[in-house]
Amino acid sequence: MSDPPENRPKSETPEASRASWGILALRLLGRHRGIAALVAVFILGCIVSPRNLRTGEIVFLTPRNQSNVLFEYSEYGLLAVGMTLVILTAGIDLSVGSVLGFVATLFSFLVIAKGMHLAPAVLICIAAGCGIGATSGLLVAKLRIQPFVATLAMMAAARGAAKLVSGGIKIAHGARPWYVLQDAPPPVFEWMTAPYAGGWLRPVTLLFLVTIVIAALVVRYTRFGRYLYAVGGNEEAARLSGVAVARTKVLAYLISGLTAALAGISSACRMGYGDPEAGATFELDAIAAVVIGGSSLMGGRGGVMLTLIGTLIIGYVNKILSLIGWQEAQRLLAKGVIIVLAVVIQETRRRRE
Amino acid sequence: MPDQPQPALRMTGISKAFAGVQALKAVDFSVLPGEVHGLVGENGAGKSTLMRILSGATRPDSGEIIWRGRRQEFASPAAAQAAGIAMIHQELSLVPGASVAENLLLGHEPVNRAGLLRRTEMLDIAVRIMSDLGVPIDVRRPVEDYPLAVQQMVEVGKALSRDASLIVMDEPTSPLPDTEADRLFDTIRYLRDRGISVVYISHRMEEIYRICDRVTVLRDGELVGVAPISGVARDRLIEWMVGRRIDTLFPRRQLAPGEELLRIEALSLPSHEGEGRLLLDNVCLNLRAGEIVGIAGLRGAGASELMGAVFGRYGCRPTGSVALKGDPVRFTSPAQAIRGGLAMLTCDRKATGLIMPLSVLHNMTLSALPDIAPSGILRRSAELRRAEPLFRQLNVRAASLDAEVSGLSGGNQQKVALAKWLMTEPQCLLLDEPTRGIDVGAKHEIYELMNRLVEQGKGILLTTSELPELLAMSDRIFVMHRGKVTAEFTRAEATRERVMAAAMEAPGE
Repeated sequence: MSDPPENRPKSETPEASRASWGILALRLLGRHRGIAALVAVFILGCIVSPRNLRTGEIVFLTPRNQSNVLFEYSEYGLLAVGMTLVILTAGIDLSVGSVLGFVATLFSFLVIAKGMHLAPAVLICIAAGCGIGATSGLLVAKLRIQPFVATLAMMAAARGAAKLVSGGIKIAHGARPWYVLQDAPPPVFEWMTAPYAGGWLRPVTLLFLVTIVIAALVVRYTRFGRYLYAVGGNEEAARLSGVAVARTKVLAYLISGLTAALAGISSACRMGYGDPEAGATFELDAIAAVVIGGSSLMGGRGGVMLTLIGTLIIGYVNKILSLIGWQEAQRLLAKGVIIVLAVVIQETRRRRE
Repeated sequence: MPDQPQPALRMTGISKAFAGVQALKAVDFSVLPGEVHGLVGENGAGKSTLMRILSGATRPDSGEIIWRGRRQEFASPAAAQAAGIAMIHQELSLVPGASVAENLLLGHEPVNRAGLLRRTEMLDIAVRIMSDLGVPIDVRRPVEDYPLAVQQMVEVGKALSRDASLIVMDEPTSPLPDTEADRLFDTIRYLRDRGISVVYISHRMEEIYRICDRVTVLRDGELVGVAPISGVARDRLIEWMVGRRIDTLFPRRQLAPGEELLRIEALSLPSHEGEGRLLLDNVCLNLRAGEIVGIAGLRGAGASELMGAVFGRYGCRPTGSVALKGDPVRFTSPAQAIRGGLAMLTCDRKATGLIMPLSVLHNMTLSALPDIAPSGILRRSAELRRAEPLFRQLNVRAASLDAEVSGLSGGNQQKVALAKWLMTEPQCLLLDEPTRGIDVGAKHEIYELMNRLVEQGKGILLTTSELPELLAMSDRIFVMHRGKVTAEFTRAEATRERVMAAAMEAPGE
């Protein structure tokens, strides 16, 4: 009745309904530019990818290659999941890369050097990640320190903790005689990174995918998720509407610490050792994934599934460029271009609306 | 030069469509030199589109602009400014930290041959402009040191410094207290006497009649009428704007008050810096069921602070006692106050009322979520079940419940903000400027809603800077001055003069 004209259904006539599938698909892609970009990148990958000389199959499409993209990017992805929640509240978490490094060394220390059982080691690591995240959250929510500054401090502190635990060197099996060392890498390291399901899936990848689905459900279907958007959209209005702003923020940073801890465990398993330098600058890749997905750094707009798209876009582009022989230098330049493009596209859409 | 008035500005047959929506349909608009011309209409009637076209921010699809006898097409706001057309928006375009003089001459500062500023000349020009406007202030101080009313004058001065001969003012009094509005009208008269035309956009009927010479009414993008203001009665003007008759703008129905809902005693609020000043000083008042109690006072007198203090906005800072239905309460957060049955509509829906990036639905359910989703798990069906009836009942004009609230007009945003509070089923509503910046039709709907609420036995504490509204809607009026209650009137006792007198000075001083 009071619909503006552009929202009125136009496909009520029979001739229009025939074409409506195509229109629907186009409209969907127009509204969700992230998906459109991902599809475009995927198609581009198929086109420019070299072919296997013997079998003629497209290298980009092989299960090995596809699962590698997910595998290599699952740590960035895990960081980006928590980062998304923080960014929704109009915050930022710079500490995630350092937390990854800290947890990677802590996990290796406990499992390799101390020979601890898996379950307590994982629990301790997760608790450590949550603790660091909650500390950031309290600094931001209670002491009202700017998120950038508060998490910058945690970034330095967590890196320091990583070096403290490891003594500044990598914790690998068969090294450092003053630890009680395992002779071989603990079975969990191999198990977590071994391919299953015909090479498509590794437990590390599965961990990432399960985490992102749970996070997406939490953000979309819980009160806490709604409050994330409200706090990021307008903190004072949220508070006056009865939203527990401080609790929401602390929980967001805590979850960011949690996903960073999961990424740290993944990292240790993938590398086979605990590297105190692991995860350096990963926080920037996580932010890039969130931004490329289309969530707003101003807060209040975005979503976890968008971050999955952003992560995949970065992963695919990187893979395509390395398939066609670009070196890291060029790939980094390309990444810069993509980030700017993604933001420009999102902004023009928003302004037009 | 011709003696009979030739229009300074003539816009003819202006049409403009946005994405298939016809915002303006062949509208004619003309302004005489030295005329104050009111431009009125509901939100979405096309006033701002017309002014955006005039100022070069948007190009029309068809139609022409004759400015000072010559056909013009302003390609950009800068081009319109250079031609002598200035816009003053509600959000001022001043640089807060820069001095008054720097702001006045921003972009065309007098410079010497080396390109350096000529400071003394700058100060001279600035002093002259501000004293001409009747506000002889220190032009070297940063503009942010001055109250909003003075800042607005600086904006007017900025237009004068660029030799503007037509100034568009978009709801200039909306952020001003009543006394300051008078000063603005003096300035407008001064501009008129200098032969400068003023286009005056406002939703306040009173002001249109006080200051305007002629008025143009738009509705749904079409020209409804142009008339000298003396030749058109208020009812007729409203009918032009709304498209139907509104018999009384303030449809207050009175009831016998019921039990006491809210009792405030000796409520004080120290200012944030703790410098000893009290924002609220020993305030006592009460509110009964079925009653609208008005709080009058100049801006900063403490009405908003009073509502905030009761609502837990200031945490533990307020002292004194508050009782709800006889039970003493002490709310230290808005969440507690909401659970206790209070609701507070804030005076600025953009800054403190709505979450702009969220949808209509999510804004509406935000405060009631603990009730709608006690387990913490959201179900869309449950949210819709609660929100849809209210959405329809309040006649919110939005494409759907999923539309982003930032895209709605002011009146509809205000309805969403109100709907959010109605969803929590409060006993007492604290309404701070419930009709600010919204059009007549929406105002009327909100007054009717307030009537329905008190009929249901709720109590409303109301404050508004529009005195006629406060006088017409309130059963009792408390007047505040510098954080103190200085007078209490019944409906029969309250007159404009008495309320203003009490608002301006504390008794016994």
